Formats: sequence, C-alpha cells, structure tokens
Amino acid sequence: MWVRRIKPVVFAACLVPLGLLLWLGFTGGLTANPIEDITHRTGDWTLRFLLIALAITPLRRLTGWNGLAQLRRMLGLFAFFYVILHVSTYLVLDFFFAWDLIFDDIVERRYITAGFTGFVLLIPLAVTSTQRMIRRLGGARWRRLHRLVHGAAVAGVVHFYWLVKADVREPLIYAAILAVLLGVRVWFRFAKKSTRVVAQTNPADDVAADVGSVG
Amino acid sequence: MLIKQAPDIRSSEITDERVYRNRRQFIQAASGAAMGAVAGATVLGQYHGALAAQEAIPNLRQSPLSTDDEQNSYEDITTYNNFYEFGTDKGDPARYADDLTTTPWSVRVEGEMNTPAVDMDIDDLLRPHTLEERIYRLRCVEAWSMVVPWVGFPLGDLIKRFEPTSKAKFVKFTTLLRPEEFRGQRSRVLQWPYVEALRMDEAMHPLAIIAVGMYGKTLLNQQGPPLRLVVPWKYGFKSIKSIVKIEFVEDQPRNSWNISAPNEYGFYSNVNPEVSHPRWTQATERRIGTFFRIRTQVFNGYADQVASLYDGMDLARNF
Repeated sequence: MWVRRIKPVVFAACLVPLGLLLWLGFTGGLTANPIEDITHRTGDWTLRFLLIALAITPLRRLTGWNGLAQLRRMLGLFAFFYVILHVSTYLVLDFFFAWDLIFDDIVERRYITAGFTGFVLLIPLAVTSTQRMIRRLGGARWRRLHRLVHGAAVAGVVHFYWLVKADVREPLIYAAILAVLLGVRVWFRFAKKSTRVVAQTNPADDVAADVGSVG
Repeated sequence: MLIKQAPDIRSSEITDERVYRNRRQFIQAASGAAMGAVAGATVLGQYHGALAAQEAIPNLRQSPLSTDDEQNSYEDITTYNNFYEFGTDKGDPARYADDLTTTPWSVRVEGEMNTPAVDMDIDDLLRPHTLEERIYRLRCVEAWSMVVPWVGFPLGDLIKRFEPTSKAKFVKFTTLLRPEEFRGQRSRVLQWPYVEALRMDEAMHPLAIIAVGMYGKTLLNQQGPPLRLVVPWKYGFKSIKSIVKIEFVEDQPRNSWNISAPNEYGFYSNVNPEVSHPRWTQATERRIGTFFRIRTQVFNGYADQVASLYDGMDLARNF
C-alpha cells in the first residue's frame, strides 16, 4: 500500500521544523530574543499540524484515497508534539516555573486562556491515540471524544488572533483555512444525511481505517 | 480643438526618485564626511553636518544620567527592532533598512510658539546642540528590555529654541510618511503616519532626549534616523522614530497605539509593573541576552527623577 511506504517520509518531514529550530539555535539564528522566537515557531507549527491533520478527512472524501486516514493519527500527534514544545518553552524557558506569574497569565490574559484551553483539549486526544484506547472506548465513543480537536483548533487560532498586537493578517489566514476545514465537515454531514438511504456509511469508518493502518 | 500632448519623456522617467534620493544621499554623505573630518577636529562633540549612516561621532560627552547596567551588543540592538513602518516582524527593520533614504531631511516645527513656523533642514536643526552619550534602559511594552548607549541631546534644549507659548501644553511628533520606502505603511496595520506626544513638562525633562546616534555612531535606518525621541521611563513605542514634524499643541493628542487599541495603550504609557496589560505581564521583563526574567521597576528605574511629574495622578487610570 502506497501510504505505508510514504509514512516514514512524512514522519521525517514532520521533524524538519524541529531540525530547523535546532540548527538555528546552534548557529545563533533565533534573533536577539531566542526564547520568544522558539515560542513563536513551535506555536506556528502546532497550528499548522492541527490544520494539516484536520485536512486529512476532507481530502480523503474528496479524492477517495482512503489510505490517507492512516497518516491522520501521526499528524495529530505531531501537533501535540509541537504544542508540548510550545508550552514547555513558555513554562520553563520563558517563566522558569514562576507559577504565580504563570497562573496570573492564564487567568488574566485572554490569549493565554484560549491557548491553554486548546492545549488542555489536546491532552485526552493524545492519551487515547493508542490502539488499545480506541478498542477500549469503542469507535463511536472514541470518535465523539476526538471531535474535541475542532475546539482545540478554534482555541489555537483565537489564541493567535488575540496575541498579535495590530497585524491580524496571519491569524486570519489560519482562521480562514480552519473555517473551510470545519465548513466542509458540516457540508459532508448534510450531504450524508440526504444520501443515507442510498449509501450507508459506517460512522466508525475513520477509526476503522486508522486502526487498520497499525493493526 | 487643442489636444494636450503628453511630453515625450515623463520627468519621472528621467531620474527615478529613489535614484535621485540615493544620489543626493551619496553626495551629502561624501561631503558630510569630508566636512566632518575637518569640523570634528576643531569642534569636538559638536554636531557638524550631514552625518552619514554609521559615521563615528567623535569625543562624546558622557552623561551622569547614564546607567551602569551592562549594555546590549550592537548586533542585538540593530537586529531586533519594532519599527512597523518596515514591517511587523522584529527582523523586518534590519531586513528592509536599505529602502529608506534619509537625505535630504527636514523637520517642520509649528504650533503654539513665538517663533514662526519653519521647515528646518536637519543640519540647521541639530547644529546648535552638543551631543552626548546617554546609556539608557529601554523597556518594550512586550516585556523585553535592552540597554542602549544613545547619542543625543536634551529634547528640552531643542524646544526652547522655538519659544513655545503658554498655550503649548503638549508636544506632538510625527514620523515620515513614505510608503514607497516604508513598505509597512502600504498596509493599514496602524494609522499612518505614526504620531506620538508628550506633555510639555515631560518633554522638558532632562531625561527626554533626541537621539541621532548609538554606540558612538549615527543611527542605522532600522533605528529611526536621522532623529528620534528617547523617553526612557516610558514603554518603547513612545520613543517615536524618524521625526519629520514637531508641533506645540494645546489639547492632548492621541498617539498611534492609543488610536489602534485604546484599552491597551494609554497616552502616558509609563513603565509600570503594577498596571497589567492584556497581552503581557508587566511585572517582569527579559533583558535581551540574559535568561532569567527580572522584576520590572516603576518608571523603568527612573522613578527618582520623574515620579514627581505625576504627583497626585492615578497612574492606573492614566496608564
């Protein structure tokens, strides 16, 4: 199966942003304020991987390449990988465990509140990403739980939008892409309803495909 | 019927404006350097005309108002800048600095003053002033800070020459508007041109300076040449760059960031760890080049000198 063959390539590609970060770090290319630069870069890649992961299902439906679903979990986990780097940079490098200041930040600064919410929403998804957890929860429940990713993506984009001082163009690009990705899901749902009688679709389809890739 | 004929060659085709400006800049820089070499030998520390970019300013007077804090590197100060006229990324000002031409340069001075309104050439504006080094802390509203060895002179000395009247309650500054060279001005990220203002007593305070250089050299294009404000007890955005207009006005002007987000940026914008900002904790800051955050000081550590300006004022309301 072609997806199985390209999976290692995609995996390596997902590590390129980290490699670039390390390279720039060792060559002094992370500006005069490296901690801020690392925070921004890891944040950017979290959002990008979330959007890429969210693009898999629409792409699969549009192209009929069901194998794509086998990449989805890996891409989602890379989003989580980059958000862990992002949050650790903030907690350790930026505030060095000054919990009083961090707590104030989360409560008082709405962009941190939004970002932190998005991060928290991703935790159960990462925890339940294993084969065993999918089986334990059952396809339908697992799918329902993993709809949290939509909330996490919205929270992430809002976090970015509220963070910028004046130039909202970049956050708006992310917002537009996310709107399309969520929009097609709504559209698929309506389309599915109207054609249900003709072609019944299995609600656990995505899970089944994903399980198949590893199992 | 008379049909107006377009000239064969449009004047803009003869010499591109940029080329013209650059040519002038080159000629002035060359002559300035030559003049400077002669004048510098005689009038030490005195401004001596048409400073070219990165020209060394000789024999600067040291100031007792300088801080002992360790200075940031030339590299850090000139590559990490907020100058939205060039773009919103901190690297944009250094990246696109070459786009800007700063010669010729004149400053319009007008408003509530006894001397007539004037368009003053930069040389005439700066000539009477003795330049000195002022090593100041610079605290950005984004919770980072630097220590910069500015070269400049007290803003108050400049203001006095124009004899502002008793109606002059505020001094308003305007940055050059030139979207052909300032690519950031081609998008409406902020309202252009950038404007800032100080209350007259703030402007007359000896700590407020007009800077023309840094690290003993003239300012680089990313630093707001040929002249900019430096007000060390206020957040960095108050220190307006590349000034083309100074006005003495009666009513409190609105500054660009206040127009952009009035709930976040006030008129005074004094450094204050007690007054929280929706985006950044102002309790601490990161000194560029160091790892651990440090506590931010009231008025950026200049409270002894400037706190009396705000006696009886509610600084949380007048943020």
